[in-house]
Amino acid sequence: MKTDRLLELLREDAQLTPAQLAVMLGEKEEDVRKTIAALEKDGVIRGYHALVNWERTEIHRATALIELRVTPQKDTGFDEIAGKVMNFPEVESVYLMSGGYDLAVTVTGETMSDIAMFVSRRLAPIGGVLSTATHFVLTKYKDGGVIFHSDYEERDERGSNLCD
Amino acid sequence: MIDFESLLNPTAKSIKPSGIRRFFDIAHEMEDVISLSVGEPDFHTPWHIREAGIESLEKGRTRYTPNRGFIRLREAISGFLSRHYQVQYAPESEVLVTVGGSEAIDLCIRSLISPGEEVLIPEPSFVCYVPITQMAGGVPVIIETKAENEFRLTEEELEEKITEKTKLLVLPYPNNPTGAVMRREDLEAVARVVERHNLLVLSDEIYASLTYGNAPHVSFASLPGMRERTVLVNGFSKSHSMTGWRLGYAAGPKEIIGVMTKLHQFAIMSAPTTSQYAAIEAMENGDEDIEYMRGQYDMRRRLILDGLHQMGLSCFEPEGAFYVFPSIQSTGLTSQEFCEKLIYSHHVAVIPGDAFGACGEGFVRISYSYSIKHITEALERMEAFLKEL
Repeated sequence: MKTDRLLELLREDAQLTPAQLAVMLGEKEEDVRKTIAALEKDGVIRGYHALVNWERTEIHRATALIELRVTPQKDTGFDEIAGKVMNFPEVESVYLMSGGYDLAVTVTGETMSDIAMFVSRRLAPIGGVLSTATHFVLTKYKDGGVIFHSDYEERDERGSNLCD
Repeated sequence: MIDFESLLNPTAKSIKPSGIRRFFDIAHEMEDVISLSVGEPDFHTPWHIREAGIESLEKGRTRYTPNRGFIRLREAISGFLSRHYQVQYAPESEVLVTVGGSEAIDLCIRSLISPGEEVLIPEPSFVCYVPITQMAGGVPVIIETKAENEFRLTEEELEEKITEKTKLLVLPYPNNPTGAVMRREDLEAVARVVERHNLLVLSDEIYASLTYGNAPHVSFASLPGMRERTVLVNGFSKSHSMTGWRLGYAAGPKEIIGVMTKLHQFAIMSAPTTSQYAAIEAMENGDEDIEYMRGQYDMRRRLILDGLHQMGLSCFEPEGAFYVFPSIQSTGLTSQEFCEKLIYSHHVAVIPGDAFGACGEGFVRISYSYSIKHITEALERMEAFLKEL
């Protein structure tokens, strides 16, 4: 089975059924089911979720990218602090970075002040955290590979070339 | 008042319009239409190719090119044809860069056909061969290919239509609208007839890079003895998603290409310069793009074919282009009726098969040059439509 193709198809649209995937890949439906189950079990596929453009809803939701500079711990390096950071449900992602800071943390909250409070009360006091820099997201043009901004959304401009 | 009717060229006036216009007007005015009707790729031109075009503009390279096209582009085309289809053409004298494959077809027919000579045109096929032949004063002779042969042209069908006046055979494979391909043995059978009756061949291979399954595309010109009898037409529209750049080419014996170049020189001068710069990049560094897009089309092809089979429409497995051509005879409707009902009741646009020749009646052309999500939605609507019939 071409696992890379399967993953690529699911990454684009996780709602495709095993039957549809099997047809497209030229495989048996049963084999596709087994492969997906194995990928889930092995932790390759970590979940499926809807890609929501919150700006088009009535729901208030703010996002910030927070740069953390930290002191690596003896033996555990950055892992221990990253572990503490990612335990908070407000934290959406934690990346270890090269360059000017160490951890890039994405945080969501209802308002910007919620996030500011979270950073000052929860993240900054963690032992080993040297400094934080909070950058609020003003708008999302593109997320998860999909264009959000209506001015840039793809439109099918193709017409008929068979007109008389 | 000028009486235009008496002034217009009677042959030009008599050419039938494609007849699809009305149908597209319906689709255009309707909300929420899902179309599976277009005949061009949904992919954007790969960025590195667009960038080459942009760069040429930034540098102010906006002059005419040589009539035949930049020599560097003709060398790149020659290399591409050799690399992919094992056919050899001299860039200096045997390759002509045209405004789309369509111009190459027009030039070829006008360069070869004298009034009264017959041109064999297999149908269903793309709509341009008949009117171009008529404008050249030639006589189009239609060969009706059949679903039971998977719309391949057979030796017998070809032989049957040959007269003393037959000059040229058009070979439109991989085929629009059926998705049919000709395998090597099918082409060899055609080549025997061509040899026997001393015919010339216009091989329209614009979809050559979009073939699926195990057998790669075989160029008619690669068959023994056929290179001297063949004008090979190809282009960038389908292989590199470059429809709007309007760029194609013809390759063939230098005597024929020479006359075509003369007509091209007076009608067109030279193909668009920006497009030629982009095309050099496409030919030299675009093979991976072709592979990627081909892989994507292939998945969609399987998906749509399976969907049609599941809803009970019979359809042979097309191995080329990006169309499927299912039979709708089981519904008891004509192609036109089927398409009209489908668009009015479920807002799905497909093209009636008879738009591509009378023998396309009883079939519809469905394009899978669309995203998977778009295709699945359209299939669901079609299935609902068929259940309600």
